[in-house]
Amino acid sequence: MPAAFARARRLLMLRVAVMPEPLRTLTAVAAPLLEDNIDTDIIIPSREMRSTGKTGLAAGLFANRRYRDAAARIPNPDFVLNQPAFADAQILLAGTNVGCGSSREHAAWALAEYGFRAVIAPGFNPIFFGNCVRNGIAPVVLPRETIAALTNPVTVDLEAMLVNGHSFALPDEARLMLLEGLDPIALTLKHADAIARWQSADRLARPWAWLCERATSR
Amino acid sequence: MTTLFDQLFDAHSISDLGNGTHLLAIDRIMLHERTGASALNSLAATGRAIVQRNHVFAVMDHIVDTFPGRGDATSMPGGTAFITETRAAAKAAGITLLDVNDPDQGITHVVSPELAIVLPGLTLVAPDSHTCTQGAVGALAWGIGSSEAEHALATGTLRVQRPKTMRITISGRLAPGVTAKDLALHILAAHGAAGGVGHAVEYAGEAVAALAMEARFTLCNMATEFGAFCALIAPDAVTFDWLRGRRYAPADWETAVRAWQPLRSKDSARFDREIAIDGSSVQPMISWGTSPAQSLPIDGAVPVGEAGAAARAYMGLLPGQPLLSLPIDAAFIGSCTNSRLPDLARAAAIVNGRKVASGVRAIIVPGSGRVKREAEALGLDRLFTEAGFEWRESGCSMCFYAGGESFGPQQRVVSSTNRNFESRQGPGTRTHIASPETVAASAIAGRIADARSFCAGAPLADVAGRSDA
Repeated sequence: MPAAFARARRLLMLRVAVMPEPLRTLTAVAAPLLEDNIDTDIIIPSREMRSTGKTGLAAGLFANRRYRDAAARIPNPDFVLNQPAFADAQILLAGTNVGCGSSREHAAWALAEYGFRAVIAPGFNPIFFGNCVRNGIAPVVLPRETIAALTNPVTVDLEAMLVNGHSFALPDEARLMLLEGLDPIALTLKHADAIARWQSADRLARPWAWLCERATSR
Repeated sequence: MTTLFDQLFDAHSISDLGNGTHLLAIDRIMLHERTGASALNSLAATGRAIVQRNHVFAVMDHIVDTFPGRGDATSMPGGTAFITETRAAAKAAGITLLDVNDPDQGITHVVSPELAIVLPGLTLVAPDSHTCTQGAVGALAWGIGSSEAEHALATGTLRVQRPKTMRITISGRLAPGVTAKDLALHILAAHGAAGGVGHAVEYAGEAVAALAMEARFTLCNMATEFGAFCALIAPDAVTFDWLRGRRYAPADWETAVRAWQPLRSKDSARFDREIAIDGSSVQPMISWGTSPAQSLPIDGAVPVGEAGAAARAYMGLLPGQPLLSLPIDAAFIGSCTNSRLPDLARAAAIVNGRKVASGVRAIIVPGSGRVKREAEALGLDRLFTEAGFEWRESGCSMCFYAGGESFGPQQRVVSSTNRNFESRQGPGTRTHIASPETVAASAIAGRIADARSFCAGAPLADVAGRSDA
């Protein structure tokens, strides 16, 4: 087993990554933003990603839509999240291909920090889908007509796999991560021996794929 | 199941985790300063280490300025911290860093192939959606989030749900003046911004085989605008010749090439979806709306349907309005889509001996330090600057607005980049994406122009000869 791996496994015993709170059932206000192709630049513009960390992003959520003057943070009263009925929304209803564009996880971080725990849409960009799962936001796929007909409050039940009585599907692993708040790195490190075996065999099978330490020193 | 994608996926599967999810071995990881510090510091904070640090590279491209003489200072407020923290974290982690003024610095998806960090048959991931660009060499390359980057760093693997497969076969040849960028926009316009969701896309056919390596990168680059998991082109002699002799190319080259030659979809391969396109039918394209799928042949007119109303309003366009001759405020050539030497050479062939229209701001940002040096050796920098273009250091630059440089509200920009999203290049900026040729011709005309009517510029045969789209 490579030394780095053994080290990582030892350290894993001592410290546990901070993972999102488990999400089993959520009943909350759902805010409709029923446009297709809501890209991650809309969810959070690049200029709002001001720190090298994962926090301090909620104020930049939907900044180009949410503020009449984003720099001065003057709200746009027409934007759905600024309307009193949706002030406490924890569920976002969107059109298809939500989260397309940049892979920026800041989009999921900003949604989570603002308080969103679920996004319901007819279709998701795959990178955004994964980023949601890893940040405790349930990505729920429902038909467009079903979403349009949802009435508040909306209940997302990840145990029964129902939204206000409508069933939906999630890959098992995504569902488990959300339900249990699991750390995927910890899950994967349970396979450390298999990974090490694969790597040892691969060094022989594909020597051309392996860079030696010397090659990377500059 | 003998598609190229399935071969690569299965060859990297360490364990079947059930329900279509596999633990995949990751051969290369690339980071950039937008999220590099965050991923590396977060990893360190949980006491985890990088498994294969010699397979991890960090590049300064997203936030670094591109002004001549640039350093760590950025026009983006607070941008310097991203650079200095990524540098410190990369050094602490012991990974290779292509720093701000490294001769090989550039845009991740330009420098990785230039240095042969990516190779046929490898898996490569980066926290950047345009990582699919690198699949053009026959690698399994895809964009991920920051948390997944941490997972890849800590374990040398990712947990991946096997996508479906799609082949897009482009028969015949692209017409003169039609490029890989036009082909990418043609596919998006025909099949939508979600047309590839859930699929690994392989581009194949005579028109793809005829593309130069740089054009293949352009085509694969925009697969993420299609929602695809990744893009692939089977490696061939074009690929091998292009990669040979580059810095991290395998020392035992012949053995590597022998390993790569079988990397192609078998004749019997079954794809979940097939799309066929007649390459000769593709026209020069330009976007009119706020999604790359909202693109048209350059001589087309803005759609009249209600569905496009919001995009038309944002873009300041009327239903039925022709795009040709629409006055522009700026022109931008750069980005991981179109900033390689042949891109610049083809633009130069149009610009040669002409001037940028008065009142138009025109900027060229080479994709890497190497592209910049090679272009300068050909005299392209002088050709562009004498015409009135700004000639920059390499980086992602104004492909997106991070709080620094912007084109300004309601400014109409023709751009060789990949995204015409609302406010992508600055709050309220109106972006039309197109090929470098179209950008160059429009800069000269001061209006959206058809580059094919500009072909009479002074000859640049030596560089334009490499330009077969």
